[in-house]
Amino acid sequence: MNAPMISIRALAKTFTLHTQGGTRIRAFDGVDLDVAAGECVALHGPSGAGKSSLLRSIYANYRPSSGRVVVRHNGGSVDMTAAEPRAILDVRRKTLGYVSQFLRVIPRVSTLDLVAERLTAMGVEAGEAVARACGLLARLNIPERLWPLAPATFSGGEQQRVNIARGFVRDYPILLLDEPTASLDGENRRTVVNMILEAKGRGAAIVGIFHDDEVREAVADRCLHLTRPEEA
Amino acid sequence: MDQELLRVSGLTRYYGSRVGCRDVSFSLWPGEVLAIVGESGSGKSTLLSLLSGRLAPTAGDVSYRDRDGRWLSLPNLSEADRRRLQRTDLGVVHQNPRDGLRMRVSAGGNIGERLMALGHRHYGRLRGTGLDWMERVELDPQRIDDHPSAFSGGMQQRLQIARNLVTEPRLVFMDEPTSGLDVSVQARLLDLLRHLVASLGLAVVLVTHDLAVARILAHRMMVMRGGEVVETGLADQVLDDPCHPYTQLLVSSILQA
Repeated sequence: MNAPMISIRALAKTFTLHTQGGTRIRAFDGVDLDVAAGECVALHGPSGAGKSSLLRSIYANYRPSSGRVVVRHNGGSVDMTAAEPRAILDVRRKTLGYVSQFLRVIPRVSTLDLVAERLTAMGVEAGEAVARACGLLARLNIPERLWPLAPATFSGGEQQRVNIARGFVRDYPILLLDEPTASLDGENRRTVVNMILEAKGRGAAIVGIFHDDEVREAVADRCLHLTRPEEA
Repeated sequence: MDQELLRVSGLTRYYGSRVGCRDVSFSLWPGEVLAIVGESGSGKSTLLSLLSGRLAPTAGDVSYRDRDGRWLSLPNLSEADRRRLQRTDLGVVHQNPRDGLRMRVSAGGNIGERLMALGHRHYGRLRGTGLDWMERVELDPQRIDDHPSAFSGGMQQRLQIARNLVTEPRLVFMDEPTSGLDVSVQARLLDLLRHLVASLGLAVVLVTHDLAVARILAHRMMVMRGGEVVETGLADQVLDDPCHPYTQLLVSSILQA
């Protein structure tokens, strides 16, 4: 058995809100999880159980209070809770794709560039990067007239699909998906389900939050149940 | 590539008994953009002046690795060597373009000045470089003979950037480069900076009080208060998961548009 792509041990995250009287909020506690290549694990649990916080902690967007998150990267392994900033950025660039719930728009940057820059950052030649970005935007039913525009004025569903395109334009070995189909209609939801299945097929390890039961059953091999921790 | 460009250790500056900044240590790698954030009086600008060799520290060191791989201690360099380094390898973009431009010299003259200081004399080539850089910072090359005073604030700021980048520096210091500009002009400048920094592989130390600017441009962030660094991390970590009380206050004070 190969080493897992992601190995999480005793991971905990507590927020201390200094501006609100030092209130402590425990997001999650004692999380252990291994995810193998080609496997998809769904995070499951009620709202407030820390699903998104766990996903963000794997991406090292949140800094966990204790425990570790070891990912396979460049033939070695990196502990995302302890690595240097530039090591984390290298993992994000090459290994770890993250599709957040909301697209962060940068003024003046076109939809096409937002997607293609994920490839050019990896040294893919500009023409090929644009061609691949176009192919994916078309597959996700983003109208071609929107490609040259910054997505600030797009609908929620369109922004979400741009975000998905950013996460799938490269074959990331690990994908973190936060409600990737939340604001999509039936046809687009099926497209995204197929893209997730294809990613698994090429060996991606996936951790996701899928609110939609149908989507979850279609893509997930197993669930990790999270419960709302006791107040700290 | 896999070595720091800048090593800062225990950097301290007092103004009499008042602290400018105290015990700042960090390293910067090629291609990295570090944002220093904090309110006015937090020591950001003092730190930037120390880092760029324009101010002498009370204690501590700033070492820069030159193109030959030698480590040079900025405070210990001779005045002549430091000036040469500032012209070839370092750049400073001031908040107010008037502080970084020669207002009585043409746009082309402003761009060519650093090259001339390095001994370039060929008029045709200097003009060619000037025209090229006008275009790279999205200024109309036909205005190369105009004085900066005839330019808008946003154009002056882009000219100041061209003037700095013409010698292909490896490390650029920017002090609130977008804060004097209208929002639409700011967006254009941010976009331009993002592209130039990525395509030239520049390392940048950026002082800003605007956390949105820091998120767009910076890889890493350092939060200062009362002359000391209170929190560091990846830009998105500091903004999305601020831990220090002061950082939480800053982040929670951002207005949502």
